[in-house]
Amino acid sequence: MMATRPNLVRDIAIAAVALIILLLLPYVWPSKMVNDLIIRVSAFALFATSLNLLVGYTGMVSFGHGMFFGFGAYAFGLSMQRLGVSIPMAFLITVVSSALLGLVVGAISIRLKDIYFSFITLAFQMLLYSTVIAWVPLTGGDQGLMGGIPRPPFLGIDLSIEAHRYAFAVTIMVVGLLILRQIVESPFGYTLRMIRDNTERATFLGINVFRAKLTAFVIAGVFGAIGGMVMALFVSGAYPEFVNWTMSGEGIFMIMLGGLSTFVGPAAGALILSLLNDVITRGTEHHGLFLGAVILLFALGLRKGVTDFVADWFRLRREASSRSGS
Amino acid sequence: MNLAALTDCLTSASCLVTQTTSGLIIGMLLFLVAAGLTLIFGVLKVVNFTHGSFYMLGAYLALTVNGLTDSYFLAVLAAAAGVGLFALVFERFFMSKVYGSNVLMQLLVCYAFILILDDAVKIIWGPEFKSMGMATVFQKPPLFIAGGIVPVFYLFLIIVTLILSLVLWLIITRTKFGTVVRAAAVNPSMVSALGINTGLVYSGVFVLGGMLAGLAGGLAAPVRSLTAGMGFSILIESFIVTVIGGMGSIAGALLGSIMIGLVRSFGSIGFPLFVEGLMFLLMAIILILKPSGLLGKEG
Repeated sequence: MMATRPNLVRDIAIAAVALIILLLLPYVWPSKMVNDLIIRVSAFALFATSLNLLVGYTGMVSFGHGMFFGFGAYAFGLSMQRLGVSIPMAFLITVVSSALLGLVVGAISIRLKDIYFSFITLAFQMLLYSTVIAWVPLTGGDQGLMGGIPRPPFLGIDLSIEAHRYAFAVTIMVVGLLILRQIVESPFGYTLRMIRDNTERATFLGINVFRAKLTAFVIAGVFGAIGGMVMALFVSGAYPEFVNWTMSGEGIFMIMLGGLSTFVGPAAGALILSLLNDVITRGTEHHGLFLGAVILLFALGLRKGVTDFVADWFRLRREASSRSGS
Repeated sequence: MNLAALTDCLTSASCLVTQTTSGLIIGMLLFLVAAGLTLIFGVLKVVNFTHGSFYMLGAYLALTVNGLTDSYFLAVLAAAAGVGLFALVFERFFMSKVYGSNVLMQLLVCYAFILILDDAVKIIWGPEFKSMGMATVFQKPPLFIAGGIVPVFYLFLIIVTLILSLVLWLIITRTKFGTVVRAAAVNPSMVSALGINTGLVYSGVFVLGGMLAGLAGGLAAPVRSLTAGMGFSILIESFIVTVIGGMGSIAGALLGSIMIGLVRSFGSIGFPLFVEGLMFLLMAIILILKPSGLLGKEG
């Protein structure tokens, strides 16, 4: 229906180049530390970009998006451990079950506007968190999903090999971001922007706002869960921290830090925050104190995401050149 | 699930008395926190996500002052005053800087403070669970009401929180400050045009809310174990309460708090593993029936 969007070819080309660079990186710069960082950033980039589909594009400030990240990690880990299915099958189970979760939570939460929506999504996340903590026989409680997640080979891919794991994670990330990019640039994506800017007008134009918001919520939930799945594959387990509210807080910080007005902003934020967390964890045991201070500096000082500054710089330059040209 | 135990309890006077008092205590302490949260939201249209941390701070302050002076009343006063002061600093130097910007910035400032305060508590008071123990003045044999055991402190808590609610109601409805606060909630620019310093009103509301949360923390200290995460769990419950009662409505907060308190105390008998779930279920049902909350304004 929207097969020939003008920038589609450009997007695919950018994604292909990015993927090739990421896949070649371990050969150019063989470092386990860098590999591990990029795998984690892949998980968080999917998580943050999917959150931005709600926050930046639709104007729905979800403070419970960590629910999907954690759910994805547990759903994937549990299907591998308990059901003994193949990895693609577990992936499918994760996607379908997180879509169902998004459908149920979304159908209730979307009735609420603005800050009420933030509350209730957070409340649902905390419900999932307390369930994970309380349901010890299934989830391992506060110890997390122990015993490792089995990683049987499929289609010639063996995720117990580190190089395969790395390639798998970055491929999922790039393909996932490409799909999300298509969604936000599609007519549906522009419908979401209109809902954000003027819900009343969208209603007058005959748009079913509830259904559009719910669709966005489900899509964001699925990609958030895929992020969690990549994380579970990487750490070979799932931990309650993935479901905890701090995950949602970090998600919000990632998209703010990177900038929510550009598509790649949240992914950039995921990279910056991951680097920052690494530095803080290595330098001090008072993680909260330092991360909190950095967040305050950002919120009261910078006030704009990194990619916002870059975009501003480009715009100013373009304006300057068009002025001098005319 | 243990429905038999629940029916047993509901038909026995002693169990009914015990569970109702413990439910009322949970509810009334929750109300003090939720009332401040809903007041701040009603006037400033800002959600103070650090409100739970105020409560935590109050509890720890009470713990320290009680340890130093062995006077529980001083401890509770110190909790209220200390947290009120903290709320003033927090509002003036941090929150007020992001009033105009979008809700995400407010969320970030609060998120930063939750992280900082949780860590600060771990550094100052240590990461392990702390317990204050019953204050010396209340170390008395419990009362028996209809066969149910009711510790003296519980009775004190219920009476004090009821008086506080009454005082809060009088402040809001009968004083000039209350009138200004209610006016500022409806039309801040008109209030400001009448020559009233709205910035001062905002600080006042934050301090009042902070003092209530600090009081709740101080009052809860003898019956709760203190830990760095305690603020966040009461924050979530306060959210549920304000959503049930209607955001910005103090009477709604009272109603919601008592409902949640009773659900918690009776739920822990009937559905010990699903108490949290019951609260969310209650919230979901009310939201579906009346999205603006029981006593909230439509829209």
